[in-house]
Amino acid sequence: MIINSRFFNRSELTGFIVLAAVLFVILPLSLDVFRLNLVAKYLTYAFVALGLVLCWGYGGILSLGQGVFFGLGGYCMAMFLKLEASSVENTKIQSTPGIPDFMDWNQITSLPLFWQPFHSLTFTILAIILVPGLFALIIGTAMFKRRVGGTYFAIITQAVAAILTILIVGQQGYTGGINGMTDLRTLKGWDIRPDHAKVILYFVEVVLLFACIGIAQFIRLTKLGRILVAMREQEDRVRFSGYSVANFKIFAFCMAAVFAAIGGAMFALNVGFMSPSFVGIVPSIEMVIYTAVGGRTSIFGAIWGAILVNFAKTSLSESFPQLWLFGLGALFIAVVLAFPNGLSGLWADYVQPRIDRLFARKPKSGWNGNSVADGAPAE
Amino acid sequence: MGMAAVPAITMLPRASFAQAPATSAVNTTGLAVTDTEVTVGILHSATGTMAISETGSIEAEKLAIEQINAAGGVLGRKIKFIQEDGASDWPTFAEKAKKLLVNDKVAAIMGCWTSASRKAVLPVVEQYNGMLYYPTFYEGLEQSKNVIYTGQEATQQILAGLNWIAKEKGAKTFFFIGSDYIWPRTSNKIARKHVENVLKGKVVGEEYYALGSTQFNSVINKIKLTKPDVIFTDVVGGSNVAFYKQLKAAGIDLAKQPLLTISVTEDEIDGIGGENIAGAYACMKYFQSLDNPNNKAFVPAFKKMWGEKTVIGDVTQAAYLGPWLWKLTVEKAGSFDVDKIAAASPGVEFKGAPEGYVRIHENHHLWSKTRVGRAKLDGQFELIYETADLVEPDPFPKGYQ
Repeated sequence: MIINSRFFNRSELTGFIVLAAVLFVILPLSLDVFRLNLVAKYLTYAFVALGLVLCWGYGGILSLGQGVFFGLGGYCMAMFLKLEASSVENTKIQSTPGIPDFMDWNQITSLPLFWQPFHSLTFTILAIILVPGLFALIIGTAMFKRRVGGTYFAIITQAVAAILTILIVGQQGYTGGINGMTDLRTLKGWDIRPDHAKVILYFVEVVLLFACIGIAQFIRLTKLGRILVAMREQEDRVRFSGYSVANFKIFAFCMAAVFAAIGGAMFALNVGFMSPSFVGIVPSIEMVIYTAVGGRTSIFGAIWGAILVNFAKTSLSESFPQLWLFGLGALFIAVVLAFPNGLSGLWADYVQPRIDRLFARKPKSGWNGNSVADGAPAE
Repeated sequence: MGMAAVPAITMLPRASFAQAPATSAVNTTGLAVTDTEVTVGILHSATGTMAISETGSIEAEKLAIEQINAAGGVLGRKIKFIQEDGASDWPTFAEKAKKLLVNDKVAAIMGCWTSASRKAVLPVVEQYNGMLYYPTFYEGLEQSKNVIYTGQEATQQILAGLNWIAKEKGAKTFFFIGSDYIWPRTSNKIARKHVENVLKGKVVGEEYYALGSTQFNSVINKIKLTKPDVIFTDVVGGSNVAFYKQLKAAGIDLAKQPLLTISVTEDEIDGIGGENIAGAYACMKYFQSLDNPNNKAFVPAFKKMWGEKTVIGDVTQAAYLGPWLWKLTVEKAGSFDVDKIAAASPGVEFKGAPEGYVRIHENHHLWSKTRVGRAKLDGQFELIYETADLVEPDPFPKGYQ
């Protein structure tokens, strides 16, 4: 395997290899399908975390509304799947067969116009990228062109999350309301529920995640990425140097939105479910927390944050059904207080130096093996 | 039953290498059944906004399991339960249901409360062929081999109550107020058809408020303008507190203005306050104050286990039925296999139900009576009316769709 040494520096290369090994080899071999499917669910949040690294970690734009884009992507996918699950044969029992069950419950007698294009998978895939992308473009343009930033921007994104939730819950005839869209079954006739399908979907998701990591890393290494960091540190200097700060911010925000939307779509596929409980303020803040726990300036750190926090959530809630929320809260407080740079900071401060030393000493150890073992703890 | 368990236990040392015949006969699908134990799951929200409602169900199910174990268990096996937290989050419910079925291989799940959580869990129990005992009164329009609905479906809850109030109060005009989600909307649809087509009355208003809403002043003004004979409400959860307080503050006296609710049980009155709702009528199948021998044993047992201050609402009682109906069905089927239980369920009757007597219908819902109670100042209901016979469950009512 040849990896361009400029694309990843040594520590990133380690991170890349570890993550790839864990996701492609170790987890699929060691977990049963049920747990693997849970990991697939955690990884959908890793897409969001990846977007937040670009937008918040590098660009310095804190968005508390990533649930909106996660939800939009997820709902686009779910609409396609729901239409396929609502064939005339499957819905014979309804007053109007052939439309999704929740429409029937709400006395809607024909498929609404905006649902029609979701019969097409091509349209759906385009919509998953474009609908959240355009929505982010509109919000971003409206905000950043007027130089609304920082806390105000965060509050506005949060308001958008609240508005979208209310809209989805209120328009239950068209969206499934608070129940969401359940009982998603097939993708183009291929049943997404059995175990082998879950395994395939897991690998599709991991491949997509690595594609997104590639894109994020590429952006980071180009001039664009350096401008983003410059903007975070000294916005005015960048502006005075002649760059259009607003456009770069809009770009970072849109990229984050698209990544979140891909995560949302994968969520609908893997979990077979989409509901407004992933769109609102609380899930949006949770997504920021994953990123913060993992380390907001580290691509791999944020992904680990999403995986580990969700893993902790599952295992704590299984062991202590009544108390787990306190445990999770304590974990967040501990991480933020003790390690402000998150897990990746911890890695960079304690683990990476040791690895570097190990590599640096390696040639010597060929003729003086013992000295490494003796010398390492002393430093 | 206690005697039947003895041979199985004495065989244990010998059976530890090979499967005991008893277990292999009653469990052919690899459920978590040993010679001495059978595992079931409890899946409710112990945290989040629904915890306040679902805690009663958890308590009732644990009480039923303890009583069944004290009486010798099921087919000679003690029931062991694994509790999972749905955290008031519907996908979490689905995830935990899957965990219980796939990892823990539970023989049955007692769980879910809101329709949303049931809709999320339903595809999972159908796919992995589990058995769910669902306690809440709900909107109907559903029937599954893998679910036993121990609460009422909409027609069972609504029709008899409307008939009673139309006859007793001569009511002709109705005003509907509900929370905005599937259960109130479907219930009101059924109520509207019944009012218009059967009672030949009129619905003068129908309003919905988002879950958790606390501003009811505009609808209360409309009620004052339209002067309906009956206010019919299915507002749920915390919104009830605001609704009844504002109603009282607006000078609407429930002693004079009939109000029929299908969503307020003793649990909700705990939050609303008896003085704010006294005089309202509730249409349920169970009230804590029911005067029958079963209930007289059930209420003290519940209070002994969970404290003097706990109140028992309709759903709590329905949750208590779950483990008992499952036990009776297992014994009828002579097996823990889900397919056999699903097939044996129709006709299973539980004579020890606190509500009196219940029987499982072909459609996996329960035959039970509809009752109307009037809220008293102390937060209890006084039984005013009950149907003479058990009401047939009809989840897909003809003429009401």
